[in-house]
Amino acid sequence: MSDVNQALAAEHGLSPSEYQTVLSIMGREPNLTELGIFSVMWSEHCSYKSSRIWLKTLPTSGPQVICGPGENAGVVDIGDGLAAVFKMESHNHPSFIEPYQGAATGVGGIMRDVFTMGARPVANMNALRFGDPDHPKTRHLVAGVVAGIGGYGNCMGVPTIGGEVNFDPAYNGNILVNAMTVGLAPTGKIFYSAAAGVGNPVVYIGSKTGRDGIHGATMASAQFDDDTDEKRPTVQVGDPFTEKLLLEACLELMATDAIIAIQDMGAAGLTSSTVEMADKGGVGIELNLEAVPTREDGMTPYEIMLSESQERMLMVLKPGREAQARAIFEKWELDFAIIGRVTDSGHFVLKVDGATVADIPVAPLVNEAPLYDRPWKTAPRRAVLPHGAIASPDDPLAVLADLLGSANFCSRRWIWEQYDHMVMADTNQRPGGDAAIIRIHATTRGLAITTDCTPRYCHADPETGGKQAVAEAWRNLCAVGARPLALTNNLNFGNPERPSIMGQFVGCVAGIAAASSAFDFPVVSGNVSLYNETNGEAILPTPVIGGLGLVDDLDRTARVAFAGPDQAIILIGDTAGWLGASAYLAQIEGRDEGAPPPVDLPAERANGDFVRQCINAGDVTACHDISDGGLIVAVAEMAMAGRLGARIESPKADLPLFAWLYGEDQARYVLTVENADSLLAKARAAGVAAMVIGRTGGESLTVDDAYTISVNELRAAHESWLPTYMAAS
Amino acid sequence: MKSAVIVFPGSNCDRDIAVALERASGVAPEMIWHRETTLPLLDLIVLPGGFAYGDYLRGGAIAARSPIMRAVAERANQGVPLLGICNGFQVLTESSLLPGVLMRNAGLKYICRDIHVRVASTESVFTQGYAQDQLLRIPIAHNEGNYRAQESMLDRLEGEGLVAFRYAACDGSADGNPNGSARDIAGIFNHSRTVLGLMPHPERAVDPAHGGTDGVAMFEGLVAALAR
Amino acid sequence: MKAKVHVTLKAGVLDPQGKAIGNALAALGFKGVGDVRQGKFIELEIDETDPDAARAQIEKMCVQLLANTVIENYDIELDR
Repeated sequence: MSDVNQALAAEHGLSPSEYQTVLSIMGREPNLTELGIFSVMWSEHCSYKSSRIWLKTLPTSGPQVICGPGENAGVVDIGDGLAAVFKMESHNHPSFIEPYQGAATGVGGIMRDVFTMGARPVANMNALRFGDPDHPKTRHLVAGVVAGIGGYGNCMGVPTIGGEVNFDPAYNGNILVNAMTVGLAPTGKIFYSAAAGVGNPVVYIGSKTGRDGIHGATMASAQFDDDTDEKRPTVQVGDPFTEKLLLEACLELMATDAIIAIQDMGAAGLTSSTVEMADKGGVGIELNLEAVPTREDGMTPYEIMLSESQERMLMVLKPGREAQARAIFEKWELDFAIIGRVTDSGHFVLKVDGATVADIPVAPLVNEAPLYDRPWKTAPRRAVLPHGAIASPDDPLAVLADLLGSANFCSRRWIWEQYDHMVMADTNQRPGGDAAIIRIHATTRGLAITTDCTPRYCHADPETGGKQAVAEAWRNLCAVGARPLALTNNLNFGNPERPSIMGQFVGCVAGIAAASSAFDFPVVSGNVSLYNETNGEAILPTPVIGGLGLVDDLDRTARVAFAGPDQAIILIGDTAGWLGASAYLAQIEGRDEGAPPPVDLPAERANGDFVRQCINAGDVTACHDISDGGLIVAVAEMAMAGRLGARIESPKADLPLFAWLYGEDQARYVLTVENADSLLAKARAAGVAAMVIGRTGGESLTVDDAYTISVNELRAAHESWLPTYMAAS
Repeated sequence: MKSAVIVFPGSNCDRDIAVALERASGVAPEMIWHRETTLPLLDLIVLPGGFAYGDYLRGGAIAARSPIMRAVAERANQGVPLLGICNGFQVLTESSLLPGVLMRNAGLKYICRDIHVRVASTESVFTQGYAQDQLLRIPIAHNEGNYRAQESMLDRLEGEGLVAFRYAACDGSADGNPNGSARDIAGIFNHSRTVLGLMPHPERAVDPAHGGTDGVAMFEGLVAALAR
Repeated sequence: MKAKVHVTLKAGVLDPQGKAIGNALAALGFKGVGDVRQGKFIELEIDETDPDAARAQIEKMCVQLLANTVIENYDIELDR
């Protein structure tokens, strides 16, 4: 039925040695369908062949972890018989080609990962990276991605409560769209993907299978070139309405005990879902392809197996439960078809009208998937940039409005107002703060969620950047009063076949592992996206961290907005005025130099624990972590959010004032309190650095009685950049 | 107060409104699937927000033709109070239970944020808990909330006091109208003021944890008027 | 037989999407584009073979569902 050879295998992305392994597993030449199956299963996207050996070094366990990486999503215990199920996933390449559908189906895919495990999605987040605002494609990509994320999430009725957005020319040819979903499930009703029970029915549910998205998984593992526009027909189209029905139908069926295993059809569709279910259960599966609901006539086995049509799932049911399940799916007007059964053969067998069209042993297909220890090299460490290397500005506040009104610091309101961030009526802290908080329905507890990464640091020093990404997620959770529980990540890098890129990956993973371990903040799920480069230009290394924390009492949280006048402003943590790889250096001086700020993990932990305890004790009236842009940006954000000014006094040490204001030393927070003495005493007792740096009040920010700027002026600059940019054409 | 929430495939504020109704009345509403053809005895029927049938064709268009709507219209014509919120308002105009249409927002974007409305009439079971001209802060979340009708219909709505809520400026902002609605209309009644359609989501403002409670008076007012 | 239904906004009804398309065309350098109106195109496969009966049937579909006659016009085209 085919003429499969090494050349055709190469077109499918299999290297000569990988094809040799295929031949030895099969003991013969594979047919085209079998070749297609090997090629998607062994793509970077599905097999993690370049990253797997490094991912194993991440800490993944802890008393709170119910399920770590390897299933559809991670699961952590949040008490009271409930579990949080969460994961982040990229849809970078499809979003660049067709931003609306690419982003929409990314959101749909990650929500399916979560409800496949039995959890109702309760919050979405997204981490986006776009190219230079002046690049001709950027505006169109921003508009499409934002509309696509909103279009899908809004229709599903799951609030999109926050995320992050950066612009940098390094993303001109490869934008990043990383979507995260958090769901809630009873701890005793988590669903897994291991098939079991010889003879049990394998059931297909959801939308029909079309020719869309064929080879999406291999596309996600290939570099772009100037002919990328030719790849357009492979992009899938999302149908959030069908997914909403699929969600309700699945949860309705999950409330019974009819399901043995369930798996969503994501990348590599029916192929990877079947193989994963068979492999996890140590069984074989036989499918009758004529029973698969198709949207178009004449689809070949190859097309059916590789289609990436959205909104589909595969289940193994207990025997005799077919009618019960069918009734539920028909109520929700969804396709329901018994397409195969579990076997004891250990083989993945496909038949059409009784004739075998593919037969692959499952264990070697999975276990002999390629695994590479790719060569890597570390870039030379950057020297520490001395303060003297940067000109001291005459008025250090003069540039503040420029900074806050720039692409990377302006308000993201234009974006998050297009997301329904309030549906489900449990949103407690809306977008715009350090971490968003949603209430756990019908309780007074909550989940805090944040996504973070500073690619500038990761580029300057991957290991420090990896640590910093975790540290910032940790800080953002502590800053709202949440107890960090676990994290998911989305590791976005360039071509791993280049040692310098692989070096970035290795460094970032080492940093993430160190910080995650130091904070007891394990990695429970994640996704790797490689080959994010065009014509040899790679993106900045962007290991995005999605952090989840638990709020024990929603009345004991903190927000960024100054809460009232005449409150003491306290700086937590040590300040050395670190300007290497800082936002000030990049935005104001246009320079990318120097080592990034070091991350002192014990100090991060001590300061975060201290801040959280103060918030939970009710001592704190407002809190903000210090990150990009340093102390003065944090204070300005608090002032803008509270529409209230402040008078700040620097310690006038040997530090230049602008370095004190804009330095990006880590492990720091700004708090406001009614009673400064009591807080300072607590800090002394805890061994945490704390000092009063000013008081809230008035309509301006004033520093050392010498420099001043009105909060309204800052607000105007901060709020106007994005709407103005998007309105231009 | 015995109430029911109609659930269409794609409704997604059905739980939120149920929570708000139960909070006010102490009784959970009945959730009625769109394929039903009859209704129990009821004091209030609610069409919830969401994307019924994906808003395919037009927002609310397919839901308006679903089996249960015949029974809903019958009850409404008998005077049983009927409330449509957001997508529910779109279903009401598509069913001709309320006049006019809800078109795409003037800014061509979905908008989710707190807005302000003024109570334009307190003469109904829905609004009697408010003061005339009271300013409320309530969230909106929609793509198609741009209310349009013929000038003569708009004149009639205003002349007969059938405008329930109007978008209002607040905090010194020049324009409080978020979506381009004619005459700043955010919600209207039918001629007997027993049917209300509105774009804002009062059920998202009934709990201090929501960040506002200006929706409470609508539900408590309904309970006061309709409790048996 | 196959039928094509074009649903368009009535004259005088504001069409923000059409306006946005017009502005975008102008920005792309297309000159001389006047009013732009966006509508819907619906293709139907029906069993009815008699053109008059088919037209009557589709007319009913348009009034009851396919068009919102408060703001939209429709136009039916039959393929045979």
